[in-house]
Amino acid sequence: MNAPLRRLAMIVTAMFTALMVAATWVQFVDAGRLRDDPRNSRTLYEKLGRERGAITTADGTVIAQSEKVDDRYQYQRKYPKGDLYSAVTGTFSVTTGASGLEAAEDKYLSGTSDRYFFRRVSDLLTGTQPSGAVVETTLRDSVQQAAADGLGNQQGAVVALDPKTGAVLALYSSPGWDPNALASHDRSAAAQARAALEAEDSEPLVSKATRQSYPPGSTFKLITTAAALESGDYTADSLLDGPAELTLPQTSRTLANDDDRPCGTDGKTSLADALRVSCNTAYASLGMTLGQDVLREQAEKFGFNAGFDIPIGVAASTFPTGLDGAQLARSAIGQDSVTATPMQMAMVAAAIANGGVVMQPNLVRTVRGRDLEVLDAPSPDERGRAVSRQTAASLTAMMEGVVESGTGRRAQIPGVSVAGKTGTAQTVAGAAPHAWFTAFAPADDPKVAVAVLVENGGNAAQEASGGSVAAPIAKSVIQAALAAPSSGSAG
Amino acid sequence: MSARWTEFCLSAAAVGIAMVAYGLVGVATDGAWPAGLLAYGGGLGALVLVLHLAVRWRAPFADPLLVPVATLLNGLGLALIHRLDVARDGSFAERQLVWSAVGLLLTVVVVVVLRDHRWLRRYTFTAMVVGLVLLVMPLVPLLGVNINGAQIWVRVGPVGFQPGELAKIVLTVFFAGYLVTARDTLSLVGPKVLGLQLPRARDLGPLIVAWLASLAVLVLERDLGTSLLFFGLFVAMLYVATQRVSWIAIGMTLFVGGAVLAWSMFDHVQARVSAWLNPFDAEEYDRKFGGSFQLVQGLFGLANGGLVGTGIGEGRPQTVPYAESDFIIATLGEETGLTGLLAVLVVYLVLVERGLRTAVAVRDGFGKLLAGGLAFAIALQCFVVAGGVLRVIPLTGLTMPFLAYGGSSLVANWMIVGLLLRISDAARRPAPAVPEPEGTPVVPDVAGSAETQVVRL
Repeated sequence: MNAPLRRLAMIVTAMFTALMVAATWVQFVDAGRLRDDPRNSRTLYEKLGRERGAITTADGTVIAQSEKVDDRYQYQRKYPKGDLYSAVTGTFSVTTGASGLEAAEDKYLSGTSDRYFFRRVSDLLTGTQPSGAVVETTLRDSVQQAAADGLGNQQGAVVALDPKTGAVLALYSSPGWDPNALASHDRSAAAQARAALEAEDSEPLVSKATRQSYPPGSTFKLITTAAALESGDYTADSLLDGPAELTLPQTSRTLANDDDRPCGTDGKTSLADALRVSCNTAYASLGMTLGQDVLREQAEKFGFNAGFDIPIGVAASTFPTGLDGAQLARSAIGQDSVTATPMQMAMVAAAIANGGVVMQPNLVRTVRGRDLEVLDAPSPDERGRAVSRQTAASLTAMMEGVVESGTGRRAQIPGVSVAGKTGTAQTVAGAAPHAWFTAFAPADDPKVAVAVLVENGGNAAQEASGGSVAAPIAKSVIQAALAAPSSGSAG
Repeated sequence: MSARWTEFCLSAAAVGIAMVAYGLVGVATDGAWPAGLLAYGGGLGALVLVLHLAVRWRAPFADPLLVPVATLLNGLGLALIHRLDVARDGSFAERQLVWSAVGLLLTVVVVVVLRDHRWLRRYTFTAMVVGLVLLVMPLVPLLGVNINGAQIWVRVGPVGFQPGELAKIVLTVFFAGYLVTARDTLSLVGPKVLGLQLPRARDLGPLIVAWLASLAVLVLERDLGTSLLFFGLFVAMLYVATQRVSWIAIGMTLFVGGAVLAWSMFDHVQARVSAWLNPFDAEEYDRKFGGSFQLVQGLFGLANGGLVGTGIGEGRPQTVPYAESDFIIATLGEETGLTGLLAVLVVYLVLVERGLRTAVAVRDGFGKLLAGGLAFAIALQCFVVAGGVLRVIPLTGLTMPFLAYGGSSLVANWMIVGLLLRISDAARRPAPAVPEPEGTPVVPDVAGSAETQVVRL
């Protein structure tokens, strides 16, 4: 019986080998994925027990930090600026997890990044309490404050970018919300605060700057213009038909100008003038002439039809396929099913300001460890070229016309040439239109590009237009950005 | 150093390691060595010392590794259960300590009272009856208790017991006694199919009976683990007795058939399988009964333990339901890491291999089958439990020998150690200096075959 007993011993060894291989798989090979699973509460507890790194603006304002408290979570996350930066920081909650930068930069903030490996080993050996890294954003406090002040109690969003680097100078969604309430260690208080925010019609938790997309209205004419100039068949001086109204193909419906009058003298207008006065009929027929594929490709070069991370997630702006003639005409003026996030429209202005090259928007300037050593410093990243340098220059001149003598006059700044475009986007029948303004300045050496959206006209309601409601906000944000000292290479 | 001193020193080391583990729980949770540490170590040490002395007295040639290995696993288990008590304000560890004492003392009784393991062979058919009664006990009204869907408990007054654990020993005795008698018949050659020498059809009876009994356990008691354990044990012992690979083939075929049958007939089996295949699906994870929540939480714990573990008392093993019993492996892996888990698996492997080595070395066929069967039962039980937690196979409901909380299991496994001590004493006892009869060679025991004293493993 000894031969089968020896074989049994081999079988037993094989069984235990299988267990050891499985243990190695679970605890070593696959462990990273299991630790990162959002259902793994241990990872959360582990993070909570470590001092989480702060989040600051480029000019040193602390917008999130951890304070030692005497409860089982050890550290309480605090947001000294409250709702001003809620669309950026998100919150770090023990009950519902993290959102915003707290989630996107979690590996650094919590100190679990692979770049932290040697630090963790040395902490283990020296017995030092491990701590997370500090994330310094590209935001500038004065610009962010100007955005919030400009919107006031109106619902909407402001995004300001450095056109040359893609650095985000301001990112504000109104109404803001208090991340402190959601980060409470009192589970029921945190849950109540979240439920109250979720019950609000204004959906404050969904950032209007990055997660919501809206019909861009006439600001989309920048893209239609870009497509026309890029086609080589048009210049700023090309003459277009601009009747008071246009019958849409295969329908009995019409598309009219805002003032129900023809554009230019005897219904003929140059492309530059059409942009300056935001002539709907001229752009609708221009769009139909160019065709939906040309428009869509131009929109995609600016960033449409793709979501991306900055590193918080930005929803995709859309220019759909399969449009019929009427839909195409309306899409060319930023209506119908074309939608854009304020971040996207800021990118359009920034790309024109940057000679046609789209820079990847980015919120993170540096990540520094406890000894201030730089763990990460993203360098400016080109997304690609949207238009040629000549087209960009031509568009810039046309946009300057909009602010000098067109619909965007309320964005004028003494001594600074501002290039901009208004938008007054129809929403559902009867509702007040969304007011848009996107701009950059100074036109000859752009330092800042902004997009402002005021939902449903804000306080002006039905009387609202992009020029009257959104342009003044853009103006004050640009002024704040130009007044603030430049934050150097990354900012 | 003699075997007994080896046993003494290793046992002392095992108690020491268990004390350190126990003490670390206090250091991690309270910041100080726990007050009861010396009492705990002293109590465990005293019990093991009694066993050690009993072995010196009645089984002086016994394998010196069995007692230290079992002590180490038992002690580590106590520390881990105590650790979970601290986290959950429970009192499992105290009860487990009482059961440890009962188990150790019963082992002493086995070593002292059972002077020769061959005595057990006389009770082969008594063992069968007792084994079957033990298996059926949980089904008796008023006696059996249904816990978590499995009908495997018996409650007499305040004491709950899983008779299946004792049945494991008794049925191994029966299998050994029966097979050593029937092996010649069962080895007879039948028809040859596809190059495989099959046994005669009429000899299939016992295997079919074991198969049906296992299915009955599965169906009536809804106990996957015990069912699998008994059938696997019987097939293994059948193979050892007859040396016929065909028995394994037939056994596997029956097992697969039974498994498919069980899967198609029972929701709880299907639930276990689908929770095993797709544990991370939200649907499986969120299912209220029979979902993968426990399995996935166990895997999370193991992953967070990583290579070196969080440290005893520093993890969150209490997140996993039944962390002290079915999922003690997850607790161990989380707090001592892959390093600790592999070390403990190796310790189990040492225990099993010492048992199999005893089986190889012992001279009589009954002893071979008994030792081999008991050792394999431990191995199979480890594989079924740890394999379930580590997602090698679907989860069943068995406990990790010595480590997991559970009185019946602990007592039964200590008694297995007692039996192995007794058999190994016989195996390693030097042959008495009998004056060699002239001319006739010493006739080896029938079962001992040609390689009686050559121990190779």
